[in-house]
Amino acid sequence: MMGANLLLPLSGLVLAALAWAAGSVWLAGVTPIAASFAPLETARALLALLQGAELWEHVAVSLERVAVGLGVALLLGTPLGVLTGLSPLFSRSTTPLFQFARMISPLSWMPLAVMVLGVGNAPVYFLLAFAAVWPILLNTAAGVAQLDKNWLLLARSLSATRRETIVHVILPGITAQILTGVRLAIGIIWIVLVPAEMLGVSAGLGYFILDARDRLAYSDLMAAILVIGFLGYLLDHAARTLHKRWLHAA
Amino acid sequence: MNSPLPEPALAIAAAADAPAVLEARGLSYAHGAAGPVFSHLSLSIRRREIVALLGGSGCGKSTLLRVLAGLARPAKGEVRFLDTVQAAPHPRSALVFQQASLLPWLNLADNVGFGLDFAHQPQTGKAARDERIKAAIAAVGLAGREGAYPAQLSGGMAQRTALARALARQPELLFADEPFSALDAITRAEMQSLLVDVVHRWHTAALLVTHDIDEAILVADRIVLMGGRPGRLLHEWTVDIPRNREDHPEAVGALRLAILGALRHAS
Ligand SMILES: Nc1ncnc2c1ncn2[C@@H]1O[C@H](COP(=O)(O)OP(=O)(O)O)[C@@H](O)[C@H]1O
Ligand SMILES: [Mg+2]
Repeated sequence: MMGANLLLPLSGLVLAALAWAAGSVWLAGVTPIAASFAPLETARALLALLQGAELWEHVAVSLERVAVGLGVALLLGTPLGVLTGLSPLFSRSTTPLFQFARMISPLSWMPLAVMVLGVGNAPVYFLLAFAAVWPILLNTAAGVAQLDKNWLLLARSLSATRRETIVHVILPGITAQILTGVRLAIGIIWIVLVPAEMLGVSAGLGYFILDARDRLAYSDLMAAILVIGFLGYLLDHAARTLHKRWLHAA
Repeated sequence: MNSPLPEPALAIAAAADAPAVLEARGLSYAHGAAGPVFSHLSLSIRRREIVALLGGSGCGKSTLLRVLAGLARPAKGEVRFLDTVQAAPHPRSALVFQQASLLPWLNLADNVGFGLDFAHQPQTGKAARDERIKAAIAAVGLAGREGAYPAQLSGGMAQRTALARALARQPELLFADEPFSALDAITRAEMQSLLVDVVHRWHTAALLVTHDIDEAILVADRIVLMGGRPGRLLHEWTVDIPRNREDHPEAVGALRLAILGALRHAS
């Protein structure tokens, strides 16, 4: 059982690596420089990068941006979500706006963000927060709507104050849903991050990819792609673990 | 509080002339602009008495329970709890719902102790609260499972925990709204006798809402039948069958027929 559990996902990864190897051999036949896209070259570059300091600095910068973007999105999305869930009036007057704004790719704001906020970290923070706020807001609102009515009755039967009800029932009661929102938000942030870092900043994984391209260091570029995938996987895993821990689900 | 089971006959005798823990007079209630769910309804529950409120679904049992528990304001009439008019849920009353509705982020012990330290509850020290929580968990037979989380509990264990949560408040009156109807038949039977057992041992009165005639007969000291539109109390039976009542099938069967007859007459 355990063997099969590991074997299947592993076989998918191995298959992908084989396809990658075959693809790069074929591509090298067309353009010789493509040989540096190959798995072996990439692995060698990855090893070198992991031992050096440069890649880690870019990773640190990117993760910091993720944290800030997510933090801002939580700070805005949670209260707005609670308000949406509690007040039909607020919900009805904002839902079309939110649904509209949500469907605009955050990247389309990029030129505007740079114009208003200047180059540097600020527009990246803005884009990430803007991308992440919707899943958090919508999941928080859904969490409020799905609160067990009996929990609220229980709180009332204890003559709970408004503060006690919010702190001991509502906030913990919607935390699972907020964490679901965070998980979706991390997925979106991680996807938006790389292109957002390709403009007006001089550090981060997105910058590193463009830089590798300009240096013609294609093995570094491929290595960076692997790192991005792996970090994204770890982030998602962390969010999922947090969610499970909170609910104490097996 | 935790004394061993007194003689059942004694407990019932005590209930018969005990003062009322809850006294409702002339209650009417309507949801918004809809017609009244019930009107001119009076009910009193004596100390340590188990009253079953029986009636078809939709007849207003849950609404009545909510009004009696102080969770909804009656349009007319008043509810007195321990001889004072009840304006808010009384700290010495507790609720059990059809669903256990445990808080999944708290472990079993914290669920049982939930709210004991709230501002409007009687002030107690931490040690006293822990003692109460421990006693309540032991009373429902879950000692040793204090650290378990709701996701790890079976339906029956979750409902035991909900019962312990109510007991931890040392209630004078336990409101239970179809607390066992989501359980399988065997667990339900276990829970019914557990309820009778703890209510007797903790000297608590209980109002048990149910639509199950057999449950009412097995558990209650008195059965009231609700029905009509607007709802009112149609009939009342004192159940003086000695416990365990499963051992007296003829008496149970006779009462069952009487209740069925009244039900048919009511609809
Ligand atoms: N929140 C509500 N708003 C309007 N009507 C309600 C509400 N809750 C219950 N009712 C109505 O009140 C009546 C009694 O409901 P309820 O007390 O739940 O009955 P029971 O518990 O006996 O099944 C039903 O007709 C039901 O449709
Ligand atoms: Mg009901």
